[in-house]
Amino acid sequence: MAHISVTVDGTSYQGEVEPRKLLVHWLREDIGRVGTVVGCDTSNCGACTVLLNGRSVKSCSVLAVQADGCEVTTIQGLADGNDWHPVQTAFKECHGLQCGYCTPGMVMAAVDLLSENPTPSESEIREGLEGNLCRCTGYHNIVKSVAYAADLMSAGPTKGAK
Amino acid sequence: MIPVEFDYVKVTSIEQALAALKSGGEDSKIISGGQSLLPVLRLRMAEPSVLVDCGGIDEMLGVRDDGDSITIGAATTHHGVMSNPLVQKHALLLAQATATVADPAIRHRGTTGGALAHADPAGDIPAAALALDTSFVIAGPGGRRTVAAKDFFLDYFTTAVGPDEILVSFSIPKCDWGSNYSKFNRTAQAWAIVGVAAVVNVQGGVIKEARIGLTNMAPTAVRASTVEAALVGAASPADITAAAMHAADGTRATSDLHAKADYREHLARVITARAVRAASGI
Amino acid sequence: MTAALETDTALGKPIRRKEDAHLLHGQTNWTDNIQLPGTVHMAILRSPMAHAKITKLDVSGALKQPGVVAAYGAKELGDLNGGVPCVWPVTDDIKMPAFPALAIDKVRQVGDCVAVVLATSVAAAVDALDSIVVSYDQLPAVTDMEAALESGSALVHDEIETNACYVYKMPCGDYEASRAKADVVVARRFINQRLIPTFMEPRSVVAAPMGMSDEITIWSSTQIPHVLRVLLALVTGIPENNLRVVAPDVGGGFGGKLQCYREEILVTNLAKKLGRPVKWTETRSENMVATHHGRDQIQDIEIAATKDGKILGLKVTLLANMGAYLQIITPGVPLLGMFMYPAIYKMDSYDFTCTGVFTNKTPTDAYRGAGRPESTYAIERIVDELAAEIGMEPMELRKKNWIKHEEFPFTTVAGLTYDTGNYEAATEKALAMFDYDGLRAEQAQRRAAGDPVQLGIGISTFTEMCGLAPSRTLGALKYVAGGWEHCTVRALPTGKIEVVTGTSPHGQGHETAWSQIASSILGVPVEDIEVIHSDTGRAPYGMDTYGSRSLAVGGQAIKAASERLVEKARVIAAHQLECSASDLEFVNGSFQVKGDPSKSQALGAVAFEAFTAHNLPPGVEPTLQAEATIDPEDFSYPHGTHLAALEVDTETGQVKLRKYVCVDDVGMQVNPMIVEGQVHGGVAQGIAQALFEGAEYDDDGNLLTASLADYLIPSAADLPSFETGSTVTPSTTHPLGTKGVGEAGAIASTPAIINGIVDALRHLGVTDVAMPASPQTVWRTIQAAKGGAK
Repeated sequence: MAHISVTVDGTSYQGEVEPRKLLVHWLREDIGRVGTVVGCDTSNCGACTVLLNGRSVKSCSVLAVQADGCEVTTIQGLADGNDWHPVQTAFKECHGLQCGYCTPGMVMAAVDLLSENPTPSESEIREGLEGNLCRCTGYHNIVKSVAYAADLMSAGPTKGAK
Repeated sequence: MIPVEFDYVKVTSIEQALAALKSGGEDSKIISGGQSLLPVLRLRMAEPSVLVDCGGIDEMLGVRDDGDSITIGAATTHHGVMSNPLVQKHALLLAQATATVADPAIRHRGTTGGALAHADPAGDIPAAALALDTSFVIAGPGGRRTVAAKDFFLDYFTTAVGPDEILVSFSIPKCDWGSNYSKFNRTAQAWAIVGVAAVVNVQGGVIKEARIGLTNMAPTAVRASTVEAALVGAASPADITAAAMHAADGTRATSDLHAKADYREHLARVITARAVRAASGI
Repeated sequence: MTAALETDTALGKPIRRKEDAHLLHGQTNWTDNIQLPGTVHMAILRSPMAHAKITKLDVSGALKQPGVVAAYGAKELGDLNGGVPCVWPVTDDIKMPAFPALAIDKVRQVGDCVAVVLATSVAAAVDALDSIVVSYDQLPAVTDMEAALESGSALVHDEIETNACYVYKMPCGDYEASRAKADVVVARRFINQRLIPTFMEPRSVVAAPMGMSDEITIWSSTQIPHVLRVLLALVTGIPENNLRVVAPDVGGGFGGKLQCYREEILVTNLAKKLGRPVKWTETRSENMVATHHGRDQIQDIEIAATKDGKILGLKVTLLANMGAYLQIITPGVPLLGMFMYPAIYKMDSYDFTCTGVFTNKTPTDAYRGAGRPESTYAIERIVDELAAEIGMEPMELRKKNWIKHEEFPFTTVAGLTYDTGNYEAATEKALAMFDYDGLRAEQAQRRAAGDPVQLGIGISTFTEMCGLAPSRTLGALKYVAGGWEHCTVRALPTGKIEVVTGTSPHGQGHETAWSQIASSILGVPVEDIEVIHSDTGRAPYGMDTYGSRSLAVGGQAIKAASERLVEKARVIAAHQLECSASDLEFVNGSFQVKGDPSKSQALGAVAFEAFTAHNLPPGVEPTLQAEATIDPEDFSYPHGTHLAALEVDTETGQVKLRKYVCVDDVGMQVNPMIVEGQVHGGVAQGIAQALFEGAEYDDDGNLLTASLADYLIPSAADLPSFETGSTVTPSTTHPLGTKGVGEAGAIASTPAIINGIVDALRHLGVTDVAMPASPQTVWRTIQAAKGGAK
C-alpha cells in the first residue's frame, strides 16, 4: 500500500492505496466522488475526464499513486454547491446532454478546451472533444453548448455563474 | 478492468531509476505518463511486478536550446512538446505529429519520449523523429550513450533501449524546412492506417532535399528513401506524385482489421504526395 | 387535435430539461454508485472460444484466494442456474434451445459465462478468476449464415439438429404476377452488418435481500424494470411480489438494455442464496461480447417495376443472424422490419421470407430501430438502384410511387393502415433547405472535370412504425406481452402533482416532457410536477421504454389520467362552489363558474379538500388521483425526408459528410428541443452504421472489434452539424397527435449516406458499396468498378 495525499475539489484527502488502483476508482470507491464515471477500459471514451493540476486527463489512465500531491477537479467541484459553471449552464441551455453518462467527462474536457482557447471555432471544438465519446446527442448540441459557454465566459466572470 | 498487483517506485533521478530497474529485475517496467501502458495493464495484457515512475525526474522534463539542435526531455508531455516555442520554431514537424496523437487529455499526460520508447509502428512520433534525424540519449548501468534515429527503432515495440536502460532525452537538429505530418485514419481517435512525416528543403521552387518518415508501413517507422532521392529536383505537383509512387518501396506493410497491406501501400503513395506538397508548398 | 394543444400551455415549448441539474453536477445515481454494506462483487470467467466442449471445470482454487466468498460453475449452481428467457416465439415450430446463465458442458460464443467468483472487492474477484481451472475441447465455429444452413454444417445446438431457428413467411398479393408484368426487375443483396449498441454506461446490477422481509431489491441499468421484474420472477422462482426492480439513472440503452440478461439472473439468485448484496458491473471489454448486438442480416431484395417507374412488387428474402442463443425478442426483430419494406410506396404485391439462423456469435436483439433500419435501408437503396436502372431522377421515382397526402388513411400492401402522413410537404421543405439543384450542378461540374473528389447526394424518404402497439396485434404475432401503458396522476394536498409513469427513461427527458403534458391539462406549472418512474415499488405498472413507444403510448396514458383527475376534481369543486359540475369550466388550473369568474377554486385547493375529506359530495372518495391504462388503437407512423451531400475522395476512398438535412414529421411535438436532440442522436448512429461501425469476427468466431479502440464509434470530430426541420402532421390514432421520435434518425440516415456514396461514384460504374463504407471498402469498390484488381 502507498500513502497518498490528493486535493479533490478543494478538499484534501489522505489515504492508503494499492499501487494498482486507478485514480477514477480511488475517486469513486475510496472518497465517494461518484460523479466521475468509467465508460471503457482502453482510454477511448473520456467519460472519466477530470482536471489534474488544471489540465484534462482521463482518470482511468492515471494511477492514484501518480496523483499524490496533485489537485484534482471533478464535475462535482466545478461550481460551488448548487452554483452553475458557465459550461454547465450552456449544456443545459443548449440541450447538450441526454443520458448524461458522458457528461462529466465532456464538460471537463470542454472546460479545459476553453481554458486554452476561449474563442474556439466549430472545428476546433469538434477536434478538442475528440477524446470524449457520446452516444446520445450526435454531438450537435454539445458543440453548440461549448460555443455558447465560450460566449458566456467572454461576457464576463459573473455572467452565467448561476 | 483492474491491473494485476504490482509495486510502485517513484524516482527523482536517473541513477535511482536505473537502480530500481535493476532491483526490480526483468518484470519491472518504466512508467511516466502511462498512456500506452495503463490500458495494457487494465486489460491484463502485461503483468509487471514493479513500475518505476520516471515522471518526476527533472532532467527528463522540458525542452532546451543546444545551439544547433534542441533537446527534449523524454518525460515531457505531448502537450508540452507541441506547444513549446522551440519545438514550433526548430522542429515544427514534431509539433505537427504530436498534435495528432490520440486526444487532448491523453496528450496532457502521455509523453513524447514514452511514445518513442514504446515504438508502436502505428504511433505518430517515430516517423517524425526519423525524418528529423533525431538522436537519442540512453542511460544504462554502463553509463550513457547516444543512438542515431536509424539505429533506434529495431522491431515491433522494440528499440535500442534495453530492459535495464532508460531513454533520458532526444535531440533534433534545428530544421527550418517546410514540414507536414499527414495522418490517415478512420476516426479522429483511431490509430493511423498510414502516416507520412515530411520535411522538405525548397529553394527557388525546386526541392533540394527531402526526408520522409512513414508510420505503420513496417514493423517500425521507416524512411521512404527512394522517394527522398526521387524528390531531389522536383518542381511540380506531377514531379512529386511521380516520386511518391515509390513510397511503398521496401516497406513491409501488414494487414489488419482496418486495412490490408496493398491498400496501405496505395495510401502511402497518395498520402506521401499530399504530405510533400503540403510541406513544400508546390 | 385536442383543445389543449391550441392553448398557451407548456405543450410544444422547448422547455429546458429538469433532468439536467443533477446530471451536470455529478450528483448522479448510476447503479455502479450503489455501495451497500456487506456487498460481494461478482466476476465472471468468460469463454475465450466461440464453440467448445468444457472438458474440465474446477472452481475450488478460487475459493482459497483472499477475499473470495463463493465460486460457482454450472454444476455447483444447480437449480439457481436460471435460463435467459425469450418472449417472442415467432412461429409454432421455432427452435428455442436452452440458454443457461452459466454454460453447461459447452460454450457457444466468445463471452459465454463459464463460472463466477464472488469476493469482497472487485479486485479480489477478478484476481481469483485466474485460479479457476478450465479446459476446453474446441469445436468448429459456425460463423457464416449461409454455410450454417448447409447440410453437414457444424451445429450450434446439437439437440435441435439444425442451425435454422425458424422460417417466417408473409406473402402479400401475387409477387410472381407483378414480376411477370414488370419491364424491369432489379435485385440486390445488401448486408446489414452487425452492430454493437455501445451505450456509454456499461451495464451494472446490484441485488440485495431487504432485512427480514422476503423482498429482494434489484437495481439494474435497464430500460425495462417492469418487464424485468416479471421475467426474473419467472426465471428465478422468487415470487414476483417479493421482487422490486429499480432502474436508477441509466446511461443510454438504444435497445441494448431491453433485456433480461444472464448477469441479472445470476446476481439476483446469488443475493438470495448468499443472503447479502451482490453486485456486478461490466467492463467495456465484457460489454462488447456479452451485451446483445444488433442488425446482422443478409437481405436479398428484388423490385419489379414498369419502365416508366411504377413499382409493381417487392420480394424480400432475409437471413437473420440470431447469434448463439435467443434472448428477449431475438427472433422477432426481423418481423418488426417485415411490415416496413413497402415503406411509403404503393405496390400490388410483396413477398417476405425470413430465416433465423444460429451462429457462434453474440446473440442479436433490439438495437435502435430494431428491424426497421434494416428494412428502410434495403427499400431506400433498391429504389435508388431502380431509378438508376430506368434512368429516372431518384426523387422523381419516389414521388411517382409514394402515398399521396390525400390518400391517407392508406392500407399498405403489408396490411398496415397508415393513419396520416405528408411526404410531399416534408420533402419539399427538405429540398429547400438543402439546395438540391445547386449541389446537383456542382456534382455535374466535378464529374466533367474528373475531380478526384466527387460529390454525391443521398436521399432517404423513410417511414417507420412506432409505439408497439395494440396488444391484440402483438398477440397475433405471438409476442408474449401487451403493448399498453399506465399512468397514475396524484394531486397532493399541497398542490404539487405526481405523475407516476410506466415508462423508463434513460436519456429521453421523460421527466420534462411528461410534466409538460400533465401541466397542459392540469394547469399546474411544470416545476410543480414530479414524474415518478423506473421503480416497481413506486411506479408499479408499466411496460417500459423501447420502440419509440414512451410518448406514443405512455403519453396517451398521462393525458387520460390527467383528464380523469380533472373530472374527479370538477365534482368536488362543484360541491364546494355549490353549483353543478357542468357549470364549471377548468381554466389555467382553476375551476370557474361560467359567467362568474369571481367564483372559482384552484386544483390545489380541491386537492386539499380531497385530503381533509371534511366536505366531499356524496359518493366521492377522499384523495385526488386518477389512473389510466391505455392500449393504443394502432401503431403510429413518423416519416421524413433526409438528404446528405458527401464528398468521396476517389484516391483514398475516404468519405466526408459535407451537409446533412432532415425534415422529420413526428406529429405533435411535446418539446421540440428534445425532439431535435433525438433526431441528432439517431442520425449520428445511422451515419455511424454507414461509415464507421461493424462488429467483425474471424472464422474461429473471435470478435475482432472487441474494444472501443477497434469498434469505431464516431467522435465530435468525425461528424458535421445537422440541419433539422420538421413538418407536423398529427397522428389521428393517438389522442395527443404524437408519433414517436426515438428511432427515426437511426432508421433514416443510413441509406441516405450509402445512396450518396453510390451517387458520387455511379458514373465510375459503382452500383453498391458495403457497410461500413470505410475508406478501404470504398477504394476497393472503385477499383473493382474500374475493372482493376480486387
